[in-house]
Order: sequence, then C-alpha cells, then structure tokens
Amino acid sequence: MRIALAGQPNCGKSTIFNHIAGYKAITSNFPGTTVKYTETNIHINGYTCHCIDLPGTYSLTSGDPAELEARSHLLSGEVDVIINVVDASLLSRSLELTLQLLELEVPMVLCLNMMDEARRKGIQIDHQKLSKILGIPVIPTIAKTGKGLKELFHEALHVYEEKTIGINLKFSKDIEEVISQTTSLLHHKGLSKKKVPLRFLAIKLLEDDPLFLNEIQRNNDVVDQIRTFQEKLVETHGVPSDQVLSSERHALAMNLFEQVATVIHPPARDIRMVMDQWVMHPFLGYLILAIVFYAFFNFIFGLGGYVEKPLLGFFERWIEGSKEFWGKGSLLFFLTQGALHGISGGIAIVLPYLVPFLIGLSLLEDIGYLPRVAFLMDAFMHRIGLHGKSVIPFILGYGCSVPAVMATRILEFPQHRLIVAVLATMIPCSARITIIFALVAFFIGPNAALALFALNLLIVALSGRLLSHFFSEPQSLGLILEIPAYQLPPLKNTLKKSWYRIKEFVVIAWPILIIGSLILALMEYFEVEKYINWFLSPLTTLLGLPEVIGTPLIFGLLRKELSMIMLTQALGTTEVLTLLSKTQIMVFSVFVMFYIPCLATIAALWREIGKKGALLAVLFGLMVATVLSSLIRVVLEVFPLW
Amino acid sequence: MTLDQIIENRKAKVLDIQGGHGVRQRLSQMGIHPGDIITILRFGALRGPILVEVHGSQVALGRGIASRIIVEEVE
Repeated sequence: MRIALAGQPNCGKSTIFNHIAGYKAITSNFPGTTVKYTETNIHINGYTCHCIDLPGTYSLTSGDPAELEARSHLLSGEVDVIINVVDASLLSRSLELTLQLLELEVPMVLCLNMMDEARRKGIQIDHQKLSKILGIPVIPTIAKTGKGLKELFHEALHVYEEKTIGINLKFSKDIEEVISQTTSLLHHKGLSKKKVPLRFLAIKLLEDDPLFLNEIQRNNDVVDQIRTFQEKLVETHGVPSDQVLSSERHALAMNLFEQVATVIHPPARDIRMVMDQWVMHPFLGYLILAIVFYAFFNFIFGLGGYVEKPLLGFFERWIEGSKEFWGKGSLLFFLTQGALHGISGGIAIVLPYLVPFLIGLSLLEDIGYLPRVAFLMDAFMHRIGLHGKSVIPFILGYGCSVPAVMATRILEFPQHRLIVAVLATMIPCSARITIIFALVAFFIGPNAALALFALNLLIVALSGRLLSHFFSEPQSLGLILEIPAYQLPPLKNTLKKSWYRIKEFVVIAWPILIIGSLILALMEYFEVEKYINWFLSPLTTLLGLPEVIGTPLIFGLLRKELSMIMLTQALGTTEVLTLLSKTQIMVFSVFVMFYIPCLATIAALWREIGKKGALLAVLFGLMVATVLSSLIRVVLEVFPLW
Repeated sequence: MTLDQIIENRKAKVLDIQGGHGVRQRLSQMGIHPGDIITILRFGALRGPILVEVHGSQVALGRGIASRIIVEEVE
C-alpha cells in the first residue's frame, strides 16, 4: 500500500512524516522546504506501507517545478491513499486543494493539522460535519506533539481497505453542464485515461491547462470542441475559463468553511504580531537583520575559536611525538602525520565552527525568520534582476550548496533558476565558512573574516547583475510569497535537524578528509604531488602562493574542507602563519571561496539546470576566483594592511 | 484604484485581477480572487513588497503584482 502526504506548503507534512519515519525529511518554517519527495516504509496492523512525503502544492494547476513534481506523482496512479494535510488555521484556503484532490477519486483522509494554532485564532471546526459532507474521514492532529497521528494512519489503512472515495462537490448548474458535455466528448473520442478520472481531465482541459492540452493536441477536432466549451464559460461569466473554475472552487471552499467552522473570537493578539511590527519595519527591520547576522557570526566565531586553539595545540604535540617516535622522513611518520591532520581537521577545525553554525541556521529556519528576510531583501534583489524568493536558496547556501541549488525549484522561471543556482554556489557553504573562520578569523582577525563575507555579497550581487543581463526572463511575476506565522522552534526537532546535517559531515566528509590527507602524505613521500604542483604552478605563481598549495586545491574539489586540511598537511604544520603571510591567507581564502563548486554541487547543478548550466557555474566561478584573488593580492601588496 | 494605492491598515475588496493565466493562478492559490477582502499591513521600504493579510494568512506581494490587482477600499 502506498500512502502519499499531500497538502499546501508549510502545513506540516514533513513533520508528520518525520514522526513516523524518524528524522528523514528536513522541516522548516517556510513554504517550499521539501522540493523533492522523500519515502519511507512503515508498518500498520501488519501491512507494510510505503509512505511518500510530497512537496507542498497550493493547487493542482501547473506551478513551479516542486509543485509539478507533487502533481505528477499524484497522477501517476501509484498512490493508493492520499493523506491530505491541511493547516487548520488556514482552513478556507486549504479546502480548495482538498476539493481538487477529491477530483482524483483516490481513497483519501483529511488531516486537520495545527489544531492548536486554529484554536488560538479562534476557529472552531466541526470535523464530523466536514467528514460527512466530503465523505472521507477527517482527523484533527497536532503534528508537533504527535497528537492524533496514530489514528490518522489507522484511518488511512481503513479507507484503503474500504476504498472510500470522497464526494465531489458540485459546481453551479451551467458549469456542471459544460463539464458533463466535455466528459462525454472525451469518452466518445476514446480519450479517457486509465489513471486520470474523466471529470478531472475535463476540468483541467476547460481550465486550459497546458500539460493536458498538449496530450490531446493531435486530435484537432477535440481541441476545437474544447475551445468552444471554454468560450461558453467565458460568455456566461465574463471572465477567462480558468478563472471561472477557480472562482467556483473558491466559492465552494468558502461555503464549506462557513458550514463547518465558526470563528468564535478574533485571533488572540500575541507577541508574534508585535514581533512582526519590528522585524518587518522599513527601518528597524534592517537593523534587526544586521544585528541577527552579526550576533550569529560572533556566536560561531566565539564558540569555534575558543575550542580550536587548545585542540590544535593538542594534535600538534601528537604530531611532534610521532616525529620523534618514527623518525623524520620515515614512511610511518608521513602516514601518522597524514592521519592525524585528517582527524584533527575534523575535530579541531571543522566541527567547532560547523556545529554552532548548523544549530543556528536550523533555529533561524524553524522560527520562520527566512521568509521575513525575503520580504526585506526583495527591493535589493530587484536591483540585481531577481526577486525576494531567491533569498531562500542563498541563505540555504550558507549551509550547503546542494540543497541551495535544489531549493531553486521554488522559483517560477528557468532563467531565474539558472542565475540563482549559479549565484548560490558562490555563497560560502559551511565548509568554506569553516575555512574563513579557521584561517582568516583565527589567524588574522574576526574583522578580516567579516570583510570577506561582505566582499562575497558584493561579488554575488555584481555577478547577479551581469548574469541577469545575459539571461533575461520573459515577464517577471514579481514576488508572491506566503509569510507563515512564527513558530516556537520545537527544540527537539531543531536539534535533530542539526544532527542530521552534522552527521553528513561526520559520516561522509570526515572519512574523505582523513583518506585525502593520507593520500597526500603518500604522494609527498613518493614525491608524486610535485607534478601536480608543477602543473598548477602558473596559477599559484599568479596568486603569489607557495607551489605546494596546488595539490590541496585539486583535492578541494571533492570536499571544500579538504583544501584547508590538506593545506596544513602540505605545509607540514598547523601553525600556518609560520609559512604563509596574512596576505597569502587572504588570497587563498578568496580563491577557495569562489573557485569551482565541489563535485556534489556540480552533480546537483547538472540535475537542476542542465549540463550547460553546470559548465557555466564552473567556468564562471573559476574566472571570478582567479581575477578576484589576483586583484586582492595586488591591492594588499600595494597597500599592506598588516 | 489598485492595491498599491491603498493606505496601510486599511481594507480593500478585490474587483479584478489584470494579467495572464500565471498571475491569476498564483494569486488564486494564495486565496486572492475577485470579491475577497484584503487587509494591507505594511509597505516594504524602497518600493519593496506589500504585506497583506487574506483569509487569515499573510502574503508578501511585489509592487508589480499589486499594481495589477484592482480594488476598492471598504469600511
């Protein structure tokens, strides 16, 4: 049995999913967190159920790629039961999707989630009445606490066994007439599809849905007939046919809402409304934004720097010890040193910054601050030819470029997605942030690190301008973004999410770091790395860096942290300042910040924006990195700051 | 008048939405159709987006979109 969780964005599908699956799907408080589906197997009463968490979709009309993914999955005929998750505090709007899902004629359960939020807003819902009208079970839940979820899945099993298909509410008489004429036309022409109910297909064709119209394109006479039916709707209602149907559905949903829900008191005014007064204020909002990010920065640096120093010293003593024990120049010493650099890189350099950073980012996401940032930044994003929604991939980019590139699916236009994906890879991900903190902030000073972040934003903005000049979009819709209510971060969930992301480093990246260090140690012992360094010497000479840095840069393509860990291995010491000047550290960091994205990111780019897009990102990044870091070198050599 | 001409904290009723399939659809997904009542909460700085409340949820709309929503002030 296959169960799909479907619903509008940010209604808590992933929270429900995680409750039954353990933490597998990232949850956040902004629309569009899930852009591709996640699956798991669960057991209910002896049945093995395959449960799918779909991206949120506002409706079943065509939308952005994330929404289309949800829709095509629902239409694939591979879903046995739909659990329609609904934010009960937004019931009237959410019912429009429910009505569309009912048109699919698949066994369904309605999950009224966030009942606590609805109560706070003073909305009282008669769920039994709603269940009677729609002909499907309606279960009130609070996913955050897990309340009602057990019953929800039992009902899902029940509707599967009973094949309970809900009731399609009827539109106005004249519209129903046109729909039935369309269905009989489709039926006669043998155009009925096995997986898609005839009524649903007819409605989509009347709505002028490009995807379905394409499929019947070859039958010219049918298309002509459909057009006359559409005309009929336009004539009687005076608006385009898609609007006739969406208004009808809206009216049905509002009507249904009034039948089953009563607003017993106006929304309780609470601190969250006061917060928004400040956070989205045209002046204070930006001040708060600056303070939040400055505090965030200091939190990471303070915590990380405090831990890095003693740990590095500790490992340095071990390396010294092994030098004495094995003898300088012996293979065993090279290997021990390589392994120790890999291990210390993880414990002393990466984790101290990564852990506070990921916890902080998860907190910001779960509270719901990011959509507010999108609101505040929209005007600036327009200056570089984008709009506020693109801020979300950018902020996610500070965590990891891979989800950032995938998050571009929430954007409507392919041109936008291409630009934002390329720019998002230029935002320093947590690996590169670690490099900035552990090298620049640690050895030069926190202000130098802040300057680098500012420089990065400037370059990203300029690149945005440049790219949107070349890839201009047809007609921008501008920003349409839901701003969800703040949520108190469910602390357990926030920590689980942070752990989920940290685990990725510990399990995947760290072993690569250690192996990479060992390989470099071997290469050094057998003097192979010389050839790579020689090959890259034009670049390192241009940047004024020691030749030995060439190999770490190549390894950095696997994982960005590698280029720093291996820097210590290549230099043969964690006391970087003894071998690199502060200027060289700056030049190295700027180069690493922008040059070619790591392999995982290139793969993600390839999937999301195609081969050419990925190539563009690689070449563009390399160009920016080379030009900018040689420029920095010249500037710092002419005007030495230290 | 259009939505971007309404003053903060006033309510407006949507009369018409000008623009193609895309705009209408995105707005209807957010619960904005002709006949709906919208409360204008805030104007973003520097011609930034407009924050509105409709059917209990908050939505940010760019000025370009807002200028295509024909409304009349109510109350």
